[in-house]
Amino acid sequence: MLVTERERLRDDIQAMADRMGRKRDALIPILQEVQTKHQQISDYAMQVVADLLDIHPVEVYSVVSFYSFLDNKPKGRFVVRLCRTISCDMAGKEAVARQLMNDLGVCFGESTKDGKFTLDWANCIGMCDQGPALLVNEQVHTKVTPEGVHEILEACRKTFGVYAQEKKEERA
Amino acid sequence: MTAKITFATIEAGAGLKAALGKGRADIIGELSASGIKGRGGAGFPVGVKWNLCAAARGESKYVVCNADEGEPGTFKDRVILMEHADLVFEGMTIGGYATGAREGIVYLRGEYAYMRAHLEAVLAKRREKKLLGKNAAGKQGFEFDIRIQMGSGAYVCGEETALIESLEGHRGEPRNRPPFPVDTGYMGRPTVVNNVETLAWVACIMAKGAGWFKSVGTEKSTGLKLFSVSGDCKNPGVYEFPMGITISKLMQEVGGEGAKAVQVGGASGHCVPAADFGRTIAFEDISTGGSIIVFGKGRDMLAVARNFLDFFVEESCGQCTPCREGNHKLLEGVTMLAEGRCSMAYLKELMSLGETMQLASKCGLGQSSSNAFLSIVKNFKDEIMGRATQGSLTHRRQGADHG
Amino acid sequence: MADNKKNIEDVSRAPVSQRGPAMERVAEGEGGIGAQVAVNIDGRDAKVPMGTTILDAAKKLGIRIPTLCHHPDLCVAGVCRVCVVEVENQRTLQAACAYPITQPTKVKTHTRKVRQARRHVVDLLLSQHYGDCYACTRNNNCELQSLAKEYGVDFFRFGHPTEARYEKDLSSHSVLRDMNKCVLCRRCVRTCIDLQEVGVLEAVGRSCETKIATFLDKPLAEVVCINCGQCINRCPTGALRANDPTDEVWAAIDDPKKHVVIQTAPAPRAAIGECFGLEPGHALTFEMNTALRMCGFDKVFDTNFTADLTILEEGTELILRLYKALVQKDRSVALPQFTSCSPGWVKYIEHFYPEYLPNVSSAKSPQQMFGAIIKTYYAQMHKIDPKDIVTVALMPCSAKKFECNRPEMMDSGYKDVDYGLTTRELAKMISEAGIDLPTIPKSDFDDPFGSATGSGVIFGASGGVMEAALRTVIELVVGIKVEDLYAHADIIPMRGFDGVKYAEINIPKVGPVPELLKKLVPSWDWLKGATLKVGVAHGTANAKRVMEDIKAGGKLSECHFIEFMGCPGGCLGGGGQPIPTSPEIRAARAKAIYDEDAHYEIRKSHENPVVAKIYKEFLTEGPCGHLSHKLLHTHYTPRGKYIV
Ligand SMILES: Cc1cc2nc3c(=O)[nH]c(=O)nc-3n(C[C@H](O)[C@H](O)[C@H](O)COP(=O)(O)O)c2cc1C
Ligand code: SF4
Ligand code: FES
Repeated sequence: MLVTERERLRDDIQAMADRMGRKRDALIPILQEVQTKHQQISDYAMQVVADLLDIHPVEVYSVVSFYSFLDNKPKGRFVVRLCRTISCDMAGKEAVARQLMNDLGVCFGESTKDGKFTLDWANCIGMCDQGPALLVNEQVHTKVTPEGVHEILEACRKTFGVYAQEKKEERA
Repeated sequence: MTAKITFATIEAGAGLKAALGKGRADIIGELSASGIKGRGGAGFPVGVKWNLCAAARGESKYVVCNADEGEPGTFKDRVILMEHADLVFEGMTIGGYATGAREGIVYLRGEYAYMRAHLEAVLAKRREKKLLGKNAAGKQGFEFDIRIQMGSGAYVCGEETALIESLEGHRGEPRNRPPFPVDTGYMGRPTVVNNVETLAWVACIMAKGAGWFKSVGTEKSTGLKLFSVSGDCKNPGVYEFPMGITISKLMQEVGGEGAKAVQVGGASGHCVPAADFGRTIAFEDISTGGSIIVFGKGRDMLAVARNFLDFFVEESCGQCTPCREGNHKLLEGVTMLAEGRCSMAYLKELMSLGETMQLASKCGLGQSSSNAFLSIVKNFKDEIMGRATQGSLTHRRQGADHG
Repeated sequence: MADNKKNIEDVSRAPVSQRGPAMERVAEGEGGIGAQVAVNIDGRDAKVPMGTTILDAAKKLGIRIPTLCHHPDLCVAGVCRVCVVEVENQRTLQAACAYPITQPTKVKTHTRKVRQARRHVVDLLLSQHYGDCYACTRNNNCELQSLAKEYGVDFFRFGHPTEARYEKDLSSHSVLRDMNKCVLCRRCVRTCIDLQEVGVLEAVGRSCETKIATFLDKPLAEVVCINCGQCINRCPTGALRANDPTDEVWAAIDDPKKHVVIQTAPAPRAAIGECFGLEPGHALTFEMNTALRMCGFDKVFDTNFTADLTILEEGTELILRLYKALVQKDRSVALPQFTSCSPGWVKYIEHFYPEYLPNVSSAKSPQQMFGAIIKTYYAQMHKIDPKDIVTVALMPCSAKKFECNRPEMMDSGYKDVDYGLTTRELAKMISEAGIDLPTIPKSDFDDPFGSATGSGVIFGASGGVMEAALRTVIELVVGIKVEDLYAHADIIPMRGFDGVKYAEINIPKVGPVPELLKKLVPSWDWLKGATLKVGVAHGTANAKRVMEDIKAGGKLSECHFIEFMGCPGGCLGGGGQPIPTSPEIRAARAKAIYDEDAHYEIRKSHENPVVAKIYKEFLTEGPCGHLSHKLLHTHYTPRGKYIV
């Protein structure tokens, strides 16, 4: 990582910490924001957070490793999480899962090479009456069919331009 | 099927207004009289919980709304929060008033992040209407506000002490109990943790009275309850039924006749075979947080057990031995059953391990994660045993070593 | 026993799930503070203070409840579930270590349910425990092994791993980790985060993927580990152990060309008996000397000699600093001066407070001074080529292994100290040599470095360095007998296990300063009427409190001299000492040390005749002179806490 980029990350996290309070109870909200903004909580980010909250880096690492939605490794801009719990399973999640893999060309737990998508499992996301269900980032899709997978991904691909724009602006 | 639930019929603000007109003891008295028990699964009497918190000493107190709804097959809280959030916040405000808490926290599961904007908007409107903040709802000297904190994808954070750990910025690992949250909760202060639905019912009870609530249900399980119904039935969705309803009646209502079994209470609940559909859903019989999963004729019950155990193996917090290792062993056992290399002796061993997990685990997760396995093994032995041996001879040997 | 039991609520950063019930709060509850509650365990009645755990109540009644994750030094975890018992009116079994008795309670500790649950827990732990008992350092001193025996495990009910799941971490000079043997009791986590506040180890991942790991799973040598080894002392199994050089030491002994010299620190002798079945608190100093010779060491010296030397070097440095700061008004002088003899502490400050490194005395630790002296002065004296000398240090400490491997510790031209042995490792060597330590004849140390003073001995206990320093300062500078101020020269304010100790010593007059020191400063009068302020801290958690106080400009920032020890209780609680450890065991060892001090004829460092001799013959420029600086002083590395 370039020094300037590091500095930017540090400033960013510092601003979050100032906003949310430099106390331990702000840890998870801060991490959530870092995750959403940077698709990962990098090694350096963890140490900065630890420093600002006066806790040990390993404690931050420990917390990050506990929660499924926090990740140390980079994730795609779009994290697709297919529910694999019983009701969605019975509603036919297996076919949807295979089609997701087919369309994205990656297995579960992996990201596409371009960094756009990460494919993951989720445990019950509370849409059991409308399964199979999946989450794309915060958005929920229900009664997904293998055929419908394409549409969902395509929509992401399209909105990606906007996100890319945002990211560029952020950089500028 | 979410149309005619009671929550839609309650006049906005009626419960809060009625409550603020009463003394604190009277509110708690009314709740106790209504007999309402927690709707999150454990079924602890709300009146008792609030009373303990009100009596506990602490510089500050908290009311926490448990919106971590993670139990497989449960989604009623989602519907309540989307459609009747005001009622839930009203319930929290009443809780603040009754227990002396000034801060309310909604712990919203990460999977429900898309709801956050909506909930924040509802809160903003309530603040605008002065239903929150200083002299909330026009009550002089009563200050109460509510904030939302997000979960991050961990089922165990629905357990109230794990939830509090998570709020404090730690891993969601359940605490030793006692002390209980009503005494030593968030930030070591007295804290009431209640389910979304429970809080909504509190507002209803305040509006319509304990007698109204008690008029339905059974003696030990009063009132109405929301059920999240999914699986092999014609009309999955959220239903409202009185407590004490029989499973067969429920199946008729949702179009689940002819089911082979019903999972009551989600992955941590019990698997009830068709022969037992005459039993009732109530705290004194089969208790549930509201999850009803219907299994039709063709379902492989061993696959069901495996799905549940997969869930627990993934979601156990991993701090205590019986749950961390036990679920893993049970899952291994299911695989062995499926591959036809589990001896009866080893199955018995696993069942007694399941009992140990129920008894010796640190929190409710481990104490209930073997329920489904045990009830499936008990009720569907013929189906799950005697499967064709798969794999090579060496495979079988390994199995034999285990057994 | 105060020990360093702080109010855990206030300072603990361990997650609450890892802490015990808030006893004070519970005690404040219904019955009020000090109320007694009735408890009936297995049919026997007792009254216990409100909030007592079932485990403690049972202990009081003489009923044993097995435990694994519980440790007397640490907050309650309640995670292993080995200690479960049946409590009347409770649906589930309860962890005895975590269950506070707040109302009359009836408990049964060995019903069928309880026995079955415990057996299952042990079986489950064994199903994940990769390792063979007979090929393990903790064979016969392993809590998992004992539990397996206690619960009659005669087969692996739920299987047993046949392959290692984790790679061993052998990167550290001091602490080796084999997570395949880990039972996830998290004692090391609570030790590292809560007791020591170093924060290297934490639980990472969840469910059956949970493991104890460092930041980013880095090898220990690359993270902020201070090598204190406290985690080793509290590990119930062999998952954590010290880096053991006994094979190399034996090889050196067996090599006829090598002259193998061992120096022994004061703390091991007070504890080694525990490895031979003695109760804690029996010093075996002179038996150990005999055993070492029987093992084949050529010379057996007493580290206390260099402890005395340290006092003179460090004391001199202090006086020079004070002179510069107070008389010459040199604002660049770093005060308070910090002691440097604990390598755990030194690495701690290098990582966490590198900006304060100028405060650390440049004097080497006694171990390293000894090595440098052996390979120079001693080698010359005895006409032995230093390259043929192997110096071994018997230490209570795992961090000493790291210290002797510091690249800068080569001032003699060779590695000053070749190997650091812990008390446990020496006990093993002695057993290997077929010696039953407690029963063999006694013998003295070898000359010339055998004569030490009581001041050297008490280096082994927290506050000992400061007491030794004060004895010397009072006599040399003030010119009065310590005994006139403190009965038997026991400077009591420096003793005991309070986390942070503080004292002020008035210097009413300046006596005739002896030749050795006189020429250090042009005049000594400035000290007259001064008040010497000193502090003592043991365990890095307390060190942290002192450092934060200094940073904030608090009372301790006005100190002139502060003793820091990395380990709770000082060296006697070091990471190389016999396992188990507890406040009671450490207290017994401290008593043994102070008893030994009391038996010395010479109890003040400056009165040590060999110290006088070495300044006369070898370090002729006196303390902090040129040669001293070369051989006996060192420098430090600001390491910081960032890792990437
Ligand atoms: C593993 C586990 C998960 C839980 N998840 C939830 C949950 O998602 N929502 C909930 O309201 N209660 C959940 N509970 C129950 C809570 O611990 C607690 O009993 C409940 O929030 C109390 O509220 P109530 O009395 O209103 O039901 C869970 C319990 C356990 C052991
Ligand atoms: S029962 Fe499971 S979830 Fe609960 S504390 Fe133990 S390991 Fe964690
Ligand atoms: S010793 Fe009590 S749970 Fe481990």
